[in-house]
Amino acid sequence: MAIASTNANGAPVFYDNGDHHPQQGTLLGFWLYLMSDCLMFAVLFAVYAVLGRSYAAGPSGADLFDLPIVATNTALLLLSSITYGFAMIAMQKNSKAGVLGWLAITGLFGLGFLSLELTEFAHLIHEGAGPWRSGFLSAFFTLVGTHGLHVTFGSIWLVTLMFQVGKLGLTHENKRRLMCLSMFWHFLDLVWIGVFTFVYLMGVLP
Amino acid sequence: MSPELSQLIFGRLSLEAIPYHEPILVATFAMVALGGLVVLALMTKFKVWGPLWRDWICSIDHKKIGIMYIVMGLIMLLRGFADAVMMRAQQAIAFGDNAGFLPPHHYDQVFTAHGVIMIFFVAMPLVTGFMNYVVPLQIGARDVAFPFLNNFSFWMTAGGAGLVMVSLFIGEFAKTGWLAYPPLSGLLQSPDVGVDYYLWSLQIAGIGTTLSGINLIATIIKMRAPGMTMMKMPVFTWTSLCTNVLIVASFPVLAATLALLTADRYLGTNFFTNDMGGNPMLYVNLIWIWGHPEVYILVLPVFGIFSEVVSTFSGKKLFGYASMVYATVVITILSYLVWLHHFFTMGSGASVNSFFGITTMIISIPTGAKIFNWLFTMYRGRIKFEVPMLWTVGFIITFAVGGMTGVLLAVPAADFVLHNSLFLIAHFHNVIIGGVVFGLFAGINFWFPKAFGYRLDAFWGKVSFWCWFIGFWVAFTPLYVLGLMGVTRRMNHFDDPSLQIWFQIAALGAGIVALGIGAFGVQLLVSYLRRDQLRDTTGDVWGARTLEWSTSSPPPDYNFAFTPIVHDNDAWTDMKQRGAKQPMTGFKAIHMPKNTAAGFIIAMLATGTGFALIWHMWLFAGLGFVATIASAIFHTFNYDRDYYIPADEVARTEHARDGNSLASAA
Repeated sequence: MAIASTNANGAPVFYDNGDHHPQQGTLLGFWLYLMSDCLMFAVLFAVYAVLGRSYAAGPSGADLFDLPIVATNTALLLLSSITYGFAMIAMQKNSKAGVLGWLAITGLFGLGFLSLELTEFAHLIHEGAGPWRSGFLSAFFTLVGTHGLHVTFGSIWLVTLMFQVGKLGLTHENKRRLMCLSMFWHFLDLVWIGVFTFVYLMGVLP
Repeated sequence: MSPELSQLIFGRLSLEAIPYHEPILVATFAMVALGGLVVLALMTKFKVWGPLWRDWICSIDHKKIGIMYIVMGLIMLLRGFADAVMMRAQQAIAFGDNAGFLPPHHYDQVFTAHGVIMIFFVAMPLVTGFMNYVVPLQIGARDVAFPFLNNFSFWMTAGGAGLVMVSLFIGEFAKTGWLAYPPLSGLLQSPDVGVDYYLWSLQIAGIGTTLSGINLIATIIKMRAPGMTMMKMPVFTWTSLCTNVLIVASFPVLAATLALLTADRYLGTNFFTNDMGGNPMLYVNLIWIWGHPEVYILVLPVFGIFSEVVSTFSGKKLFGYASMVYATVVITILSYLVWLHHFFTMGSGASVNSFFGITTMIISIPTGAKIFNWLFTMYRGRIKFEVPMLWTVGFIITFAVGGMTGVLLAVPAADFVLHNSLFLIAHFHNVIIGGVVFGLFAGINFWFPKAFGYRLDAFWGKVSFWCWFIGFWVAFTPLYVLGLMGVTRRMNHFDDPSLQIWFQIAALGAGIVALGIGAFGVQLLVSYLRRDQLRDTTGDVWGARTLEWSTSSPPPDYNFAFTPIVHDNDAWTDMKQRGAKQPMTGFKAIHMPKNTAAGFIIAMLATGTGFALIWHMWLFAGLGFVATIASAIFHTFNYDRDYYIPADEVARTEHARDGNSLASAA
């Protein structure tokens, strides 16, 4: 703060001159929310750690997981993170068209991820391996499903922001919102890395 | 209407959900309906609906939101206390052939509701209300970091409280105890709506609390006045910071755990079932990983209140400021290392039990340090026994005993005998009432003049205190005795007649506490009627030490016309001693956030969705969910969220302040 605490005579100043503006807390606040979300995922990971081998004489990860689909999903999500990064670079350059274009591609990757994941879930349920089958499957569907729900909400947010940027341009407020969505999107990518490591890759091991 | 459509619309809701055949509930409803109609009629007569909507329901002002939290907490205190009175009455008479008036299925709801209401809808809102009201003023800010979110958080909490109240008259409440352990709370053993009311009301309220936590952390980190470094913050702000860190770092665990139980009940998953790979012990661990930080969330703000009260009414700087800060931070961290002491008997083994027994003992040490610091602050001070100080001394005595019984329970071998006995019940009521409740009453008496412009009547405040203090000890000492004799908690009937006298004494104690609550009500009324004699004209009625006392009572909407510049701890005392004078010229326009209905609307849609989910009214649940999200998205399209208070209006408000606020230096 560039407000002097003593005046010209060396006497202490106790009041500012009315120009004081508090710092913007939005990015810190969003980061705090994201960390609380991270903690919630940590609980789901912990639950998976406890129940992940409780097959109840039903199918295990080795029986069910289709790693090529998981690899495709991982690629889609990681690519979507890069394209979101390109959108942010366009934002720095104040290129509204660039932002909208890269956001659209990001959204398409996200939608691709979600549709692949939904078909995977539908297939598992069709095979009788739904979330009610065992503790393991309950934990699996909840952890992966919660991640998918977050991607869904992120995609809805992305479309909403595209409308808002389209309508009002890259205002200060919209740039802040894009930065928040950026943090959110990359965070989901990080959680997915945890998911495919601990759930899928370790799950197919005996 | 076809049965399928009827099912989709009404779910399992039917006229049978209304408990016509329970006379206690019918009588309660009659009283509530009558009282409610009277209140609504008076509100209409005095034309308060417009101002209520515009200035309170839609308000994003932290001061108004803080007051609303506290009002809600006090109203819910009446319901929670009514549950307590019912339990004491039942246990005082239900011996041998006398089955009492509460059969088990009703009694179980009473103790469950008592716990849920007291923790989530009395203590949490009261504590949150204080932090909301006081912290921005103490740090020299004009509002919290996210004013709209603040409003939304309040209405989500209110929505959760609403659902719990509705469960009294439509359906029933959970019969599982306030933490709803599975498998009892699972679909098989509790197929009725009770646990669903529990789950949805806590999820909705929990969202509000988590967002509030994020809000206050960002406020304290980012919005302190120039010159107020972290180690120059008031102690109440420090305890609020640590409390909100605990909130953000623990409520997600509650949300996840309740969601898993909800999945078990709604989707047939097997997280906590007895078979199919479920593990009920997982729930117990998770819920207490949240539950222990929760009790520190309740008590840390109250420790902060005591620090402010003790230093003000001893006329002295708080002894050991740095050690108070360190103690608070240490408690915050250690609170994550003790959770297993809530279930030593679950079978984790001696090594695990020993670890948690030791950490539990260690966590009592920083609290002890705080008590010594308060005592050393009082030593050689000029003590004024205003009502807040009375509550503080009562707290020190009561809480110290409660803490000691906690250290006793921390020994696993002792806990094996006392787990889930009335000794445990006495212990936690000892610390919650002696700590949290006494602190909240100290805070109410301390900050009431700031919020409303007049002091609370001291005589009735003292009556209230003595009734609470004596009533508490009369009510809970017998429970310590009974617990040591081996009596289990949550029983609605006993066969051993030699126990009855203790329960009767406890019931008497509850009656004395009731007088204390009544006296508090009288205090509010008498103070209002005598407000002109009790008026606070200077803004600094106690000769206090922190920045909120530099404002008028009540403060203007914008709190500070000029942001204070802080040089030392106890910034207001520093300003008074060095003759600081607020400039009365050169006012500038002040940037303020606008009131909005969006928070209320989104929260009520969420609450309605919760009600629909409880009753399996899938159509309304789906519509409600979509409407909630849609209204939230709609709100984000509103970019017109602020306005400026013109400089001349600021000047007029400041010039209208009675007298010079610096005239009442301590």
